[in-house]
Amino acid sequence: MKSLEELAAIRDRMKNIVNTREADENNIRIAVGMATCGIAAGARPVLNAFTEEIARREVPHVTVTQTGCIGICQYEPVVEVFAPGKDKVTYVKMTPEKVARVVSEHILGGVPVAEYTIGAAQR
Amino acid sequence: MQELSMNLLDIAQNSVAAGSKLTEITVLIDTARRSLVLRIADCGKGMSEETLRRVTDPFYTTRTTRKVGLGLPLFREAAETAGGKMTIRSKEGVGTTVEASFELGNIDLPPLGDVPGSIVNLVQCNPELDFIFRVESDGETFCMDTREIRGILQGVPLSSPEVALFLREYLEEHTENLLKRSNLI
Repeated sequence: MKSLEELAAIRDRMKNIVNTREADENNIRIAVGMATCGIAAGARPVLNAFTEEIARREVPHVTVTQTGCIGICQYEPVVEVFAPGKDKVTYVKMTPEKVARVVSEHILGGVPVAEYTIGAAQR
Repeated sequence: MQELSMNLLDIAQNSVAAGSKLTEITVLIDTARRSLVLRIADCGKGMSEETLRRVTDPFYTTRTTRKVGLGLPLFREAAETAGGKMTIRSKEGVGTTVEASFELGNIDLPPLGDVPGSIVNLVQCNPELDFIFRVESDGETFCMDTREIRGILQGVPLSSPEVALFLREYLEEHTENLLKRSNLI
């Protein structure tokens, strides 16, 4: 079984990465809608999938966080990606399965996955 | 809501919104008494008597952006459907405690679901706030306090994906056997 002592090892490994992550002006913020509507639609597994993908690939300059209800409940789970100097990208009807592609193509590659965005959904 | 752990996450978000610096989330399982209790206790700003009276009305909310507030009504509905009830105690300036009871084995009891996932979501998304997560199941107890974890992390934020991933696995391993007793038939 895992013990909290193992956390000390993670801390030591993370210290350098984390200090740059928070202050980094290139920091990308992934915000998952976690109001009642988002949670009921399955936001939690989506947030967990982003967390796992970012941790597993050791992506240095990304934070995964939550946001409230932004008023498009019918499109939940909604994920907003804020990258410095770029327009916000809004992904809708997200699933854990879609996360890997968003991380590799958008977060790492810089090109949003157009077909998952609200623009594509409204067409 | 498909899982009670989703209600738990949803109601705890109210505590976060109410400015609670320390929120305690408790899961109590007593199979002999066929009882499941979920409790969210915060030290947020609390509610006035007027708000408290109207808070389980789905068409009441203190938000100004929309006219519905479904979190507490859904939680109450889940409890009452499964042979239990929801109670709220609140005092302005002191905090709010929401407690829902359920009858274990009731055919309409939703599964608890991914409780560790909900707890880690809360901790990860609110790294500046503290949470106590306690499970008491047939006399066995597990407890996690983010203040202890914060001490170990020495400045590495609770929002780090790597920390969240560890906490998730840690909670899953330590609570699996305790929580699965809620799957009573």
